[in-house]
Amino acid sequence: MADKMATREAYGKVLQELGAEYPNLVVLDADLSGSTKTGEFKKVFPERFFNFGIAEQNMYGAATGLALSGKIVCASTFAMFASGRAFEIIRNSIGYTHANVKVCATHAGITVGEDGASHQTFEDLALMRTIPGMTVVNPSDGASAKELLRQVVAMEGPCYVRLGRAAVPFFYDEESAKEIKLGKGNTLREGKDVTIIATGIMVSEAMKAAEELAIEGIDCRVIDMHTIKPLDEDIIIKAAKETGAILTCEEHSIIGGLGSAVAEVTATNCPCQLYMVGQRDTFGESGSPEALKAKYGMTASDIYKGVHVLMKK
Amino acid sequence: MDYKQFEELASKVRVDIIKSVFEAGSGHPGGSLSCADIMTALYFKEMNIDPENPLMEDRDRLVLSKGHACPAQYAALAERGYFPKEELKTLRKLGSRLQGHAKMGLVPGIEMSTGSLGQGFSVSVGMALANKLDNKEGRVYAILGDGELQEGIVWEAAMSASHYHLDNLCAVVDWNGLQIDGKNDDVMTVRPIEDKFRAFGFNVISINGHDFAEIFDAFDQARACKGQPTVIVASTHKGHGVSFMEDQAGWHGKAPNEEQAKQAVEELGGEW
Repeated sequence: MADKMATREAYGKVLQELGAEYPNLVVLDADLSGSTKTGEFKKVFPERFFNFGIAEQNMYGAATGLALSGKIVCASTFAMFASGRAFEIIRNSIGYTHANVKVCATHAGITVGEDGASHQTFEDLALMRTIPGMTVVNPSDGASAKELLRQVVAMEGPCYVRLGRAAVPFFYDEESAKEIKLGKGNTLREGKDVTIIATGIMVSEAMKAAEELAIEGIDCRVIDMHTIKPLDEDIIIKAAKETGAILTCEEHSIIGGLGSAVAEVTATNCPCQLYMVGQRDTFGESGSPEALKAKYGMTASDIYKGVHVLMKK
Repeated sequence: MDYKQFEELASKVRVDIIKSVFEAGSGHPGGSLSCADIMTALYFKEMNIDPENPLMEDRDRLVLSKGHACPAQYAALAERGYFPKEELKTLRKLGSRLQGHAKMGLVPGIEMSTGSLGQGFSVSVGMALANKLDNKEGRVYAILGDGELQEGIVWEAAMSASHYHLDNLCAVVDWNGLQIDGKNDDVMTVRPIEDKFRAFGFNVISINGHDFAEIFDAFDQARACKGQPTVIVASTHKGHGVSFMEDQAGWHGKAPNEEQAKQAVEELGGEW
């Protein structure tokens, strides 16, 4: 196995497997099937793949109609256009009817890179988690993406799955990924001094930071919060009580995303020191994914610094 | 064919629209009255449906894309036996199955939750596509408002219906010429409606939307058309059947008071 894979690549691969397992699975795209990897499904099941052209709103409306006719629908485009442009259709058609549509949105976050700010979504988790009944998932690597997508397709009801463009390191393998349960945070590293709750591609950054901090004698717990909604409140409350401080990190705005979701839980259950790593109320720009992560403060080094801030409080 | 029975049914539907909107104290009588004949034609003849078995496998489905006209749909469904007519009084009240814009899953016969314009038509495209995929007989009908045609998603949906040759999809535009802020022509021109749909690959049929002979004939033509979706552009009058509501934009979203409601019911030949 390669040591890196983009979560969208995992999506393309698992779609081929799921297509064989679920004869009622249909896949839709809005002229981005090469990029979102739904084209992999089309190669094997062309009769169950529908391109809707550059018309995301109608794609999610039609996805609703297909779902209300007994289909499991995975409908993909870039996260910006799924969660942003089609938000109200996802809210009023998919969400309100609790239709079995999986909004599998790729190219989320700053790691879209060179395409620049118009394509870099930092708002999608915030938007999607406000829709009642919507499950919101943000896998951290290729292996967990495959496993979570399997669970998403197996469950009834609407889901938003956030997928990335850039290749990210594996830290799950096929066996360990099987431990992952939708709706349950996954503790990747035990620790008693501080808890780092990470989501998506920031999980690998969190693990790097935890290793460096361990050298200095700071014992970090690291949780992969792959499911933003329903949020695993128990694991957050336990972390707050046992470690006293939490750092959240996400490739998303700190307004409304994982950090906010964690704050909602701690503020009402077990107030504790919080530090949020994420996009800080600003648009992005063109650049390489790694350079952008550094400039906008979403790297292991930013997590490392944040933990030190927490430890001084 | 004798259309008198349909005209009588449509009058009953109109009476129930007035009564339920009056009881609710709010709602959309104008656009409900304008599509009452089309609604009656669909539920009492055109559609293959069974009120005893509302989820029948190969049934036809209606999506009311102009969701604010749901008083017409509720009245027709109740008249057809989907739920007790008594329940129409609960329209828009707390805890009612009859939401101000219809929600599916509450009363039988509502196939889609609508209210946000344009979305119902888009959803009907997905339903028609699913029926094609599964080789199902069921046809899908969508009723759209004329003002609704201003929504971009309508044209995205139209493009896709044509692209996928959805000849099992029949849209009906309730062309009453008025929307909340006034005449379509003043607010935002939607003309030429027929040419627009034709350009998007539709089989276009223009009719008087209050004439049952023309309505049924149009549905027959739609069913006979193969390889492309049909749109029936039905010229109607907002508030049709009630003298003081007819062609008045002000009655788009306003409930009659008791005196007005009584007069309306009387004009429609109903009992108060």
